Amino acid sequence: MEKVLSVFGSIAIGDPRERLRALWFAVGVPVVAIALFLWVWAESASRVQTSLGAVPGPVEVLAQAQNLLKDHAAERAKQAAFYQRQEERNAKRLAQDPKAEVKIHKWTGKPTFIDQILTSLKTVFTGFLLATLVAVPLGILCGSSRIVQAALNPMIQVFRPVSPLAWLPIVTLIVSAVYVTTDNAWFEKSFLVSAITVTLCSLWPTLINTGLGVASIDRDLVNVGRVLKLSWYTKVFKVVLPSALPLIFTGMRLSLGVGWMVLIAAEMLAQNPGLGKFVWDEFQNGSQESLSRIMVAVLTIGLIGFLLDRLMVALQSLFTHSATR
Amino acid sequence: MTNTSNGGKPTRQTLTRRKFLETTAGAAAMIATSGAGLFAGSHVARAAKLEKEQLKFGFIKLTDCAPVLIAQDKGFFEDEGLFVTVEAQANWKVLLDRVISGELDGAHMLPGQAIGATIGFGTQADVVAPFAMGLNTLAVTVSNEIWAEMKKSLPLKDGKPVHPIKADALKGVVERYKAAGKKFNMGMVFPTSTHNYELRYWLAAGGIHPGFYSTSDISGQISADVLISVTPPPQMPATLESGTIYGYSVGEPWNQQAVFKGIGVPVVTAYHIWNRTPEKIFGMRKDFTEKYPQTTLAITKALLRAAMWLDEGNGKNRQEAAKIFSKREYIGADYDVIVGPITGVYQYEKGDTRPLPEFNIYFKDNASYPYYGDAVWYLTQMRRWGQIAEAKPDAWYLDVAKKVYQPGIYMQAAKALIAEGKAKEGDFPTTDGFHAAQGGFIDGITFDAKQPNAYLSRFKIGLKDNETVN
Repeated sequence: MEKVLSVFGSIAIGDPRERLRALWFAVGVPVVAIALFLWVWAESASRVQTSLGAVPGPVEVLAQAQNLLKDHAAERAKQAAFYQRQEERNAKRLAQDPKAEVKIHKWTGKPTFIDQILTSLKTVFTGFLLATLVAVPLGILCGSSRIVQAALNPMIQVFRPVSPLAWLPIVTLIVSAVYVTTDNAWFEKSFLVSAITVTLCSLWPTLINTGLGVASIDRDLVNVGRVLKLSWYTKVFKVVLPSALPLIFTGMRLSLGVGWMVLIAAEMLAQNPGLGKFVWDEFQNGSQESLSRIMVAVLTIGLIGFLLDRLMVALQSLFTHSATR
Repeated sequence: MTNTSNGGKPTRQTLTRRKFLETTAGAAAMIATSGAGLFAGSHVARAAKLEKEQLKFGFIKLTDCAPVLIAQDKGFFEDEGLFVTVEAQANWKVLLDRVISGELDGAHMLPGQAIGATIGFGTQADVVAPFAMGLNTLAVTVSNEIWAEMKKSLPLKDGKPVHPIKADALKGVVERYKAAGKKFNMGMVFPTSTHNYELRYWLAAGGIHPGFYSTSDISGQISADVLISVTPPPQMPATLESGTIYGYSVGEPWNQQAVFKGIGVPVVTAYHIWNRTPEKIFGMRKDFTEKYPQTTLAITKALLRAAMWLDEGNGKNRQEAAKIFSKREYIGADYDVIVGPITGVYQYEKGDTRPLPEFNIYFKDNASYPYYGDAVWYLTQMRRWGQIAEAKPDAWYLDVAKKVYQPGIYMQAAKALIAEGKAKEGDFPTTDGFHAAQGGFIDGITFDAKQPNAYLSRFKIGLKDNETVN
């Protein structure tokens, strides 16, 4: 973001030739590259015949994206009718028997593509938040104490490279055993399983970067703190955190990226109603539109991943600026 | 029946709802038979308070889950006062685990899963079946390559192979593969699936050994000529295409899919292996049915109405059903792929389409009645292939069957529907839960559910008497 802004900044003030050059790199090159990509895609796609027909090109994918949006609107209309029916039914029941217990039941229809995007976002942020809550304090401990670091390092090194698919069965079994759902549970089990899997996989970048950030604080700052006899609380919040913040944010940014990638795999297997399940269901459907719909999902996943990254960058510059000044 | 005075409706002034429930819940069957007027009109039926109204059911993308999808889409669940979400599951293992863990309140299930769970083969849990999903509906498909080999030894009529095709035609092919040191792999959907047992039945009837299970080796490939392993139904065509397996046994639309994709040929359907194969069941946890008896009853009623709708007027609704199934949240395959078998037309090869009106039976001939005998057949096949390692007395087979299958709940639902005028008395059997000895098998052997051990001793290939796998 700041790169683009700085480019535009130089456009505003630089000499005309420089300006044109900058504009070309900022806008012209990407547009030409995307156009080229779409052309190659459209040209080559129709040549590959799968058992589900030809690989869809950009036009088919766009058409399916529109279909999915239409589908969403249609489903919302059905949902409204569903609640309407319930209210009528309840009114009738109450008319027959004023003491009858009535309640409004949740919508029972399918989750639309938009719903699935929202579920995925909710899941990834829950997992990411949990990961941050665990990783930042642990990282601070690791960075500030050599003993803690020596103790945790081997475990971090072993668990860090584990794939989400390996965690999933363990998480599933433990959640099933520990989390007993009632009819009005806060979370679905599948939601919890996916979120915890995201946590387990996205924990590590934040943890490691926080540790590194804390360990590499300017010695002078630490010494000044010692001289002033700062309390532990003041030391952590006024000295350690502000200086480690840039690296903590770098870690969180990496974590969110990892979490988003992991989530799709976790949802496919845990059957959490998110984008991963959408992809899996469409793969299983094997209809002629399935491939186009999967491609819509792939592009959506990529786009959201990109936006999440930008979001973290924006947060990082916001916080680190105010904190370091 | 003191509370039926004004035109068959319960007088609510004198009885509170709770009391009404208490007096009726335990004796719902009695009410349904003797108080025919009580449940006149579904709005009154709903008055028997449902313990749980918001439910989630699982299914696998197969046309034999039809009653669940139809009950949902045609509003039968909602009409019975149930608010149901149906959700496709990734594979049978996930589905069973989620029913056992309570994430799903019920599911379209393989009979062998409920029976296997009850006897502790795989995950141990008490799963019961108040409703059977229908008859036949599966087929065995082989790759084009294997089909070309098989076709050489088949008798032809008008240039087309004569059906039923027996596994004898495959035997030579398998032997050639074995001689060349190549493994002959085939796919089925779950170790305790109907597809596993029917594929094994068909192979063994043709003299091909499909392999044993043992307590220490649950691959099911001990002394096998053909190595059978698990693949989830919707992935069957892709796995066949990639050459990992040479053939598979699965429900529709995944055999027709192979024909449409031009990657394989269905050679035999359940109709020919055992005409009247009891296919899927609707499985629920036993404690669910005990804790929520009225809900269980309402579910069974809705499923029954869906099954009746599917077989109504000689299958006049089947095209509509195929349209419903092709929605992406249900089965999601193309309408053209689904509609054939559903409407009784089966495409074996491009250019070889034959009528097969009894490929799917959902209600006709008591297809939805959970016969104890059906469960016994599954148990005999588990024993035959070593999933049940030790010999068991005949009485054990009957006991297990009675634990899992619940025709009592089924008949209770049936009687409620008769009382509401939604079904006819003649639609339902008067039976002790056992068929008379059944024929219709490809090898001509008859099955008498009351004598499972005697039945087992008639097979050339398979465990019998006190035999065990070592």
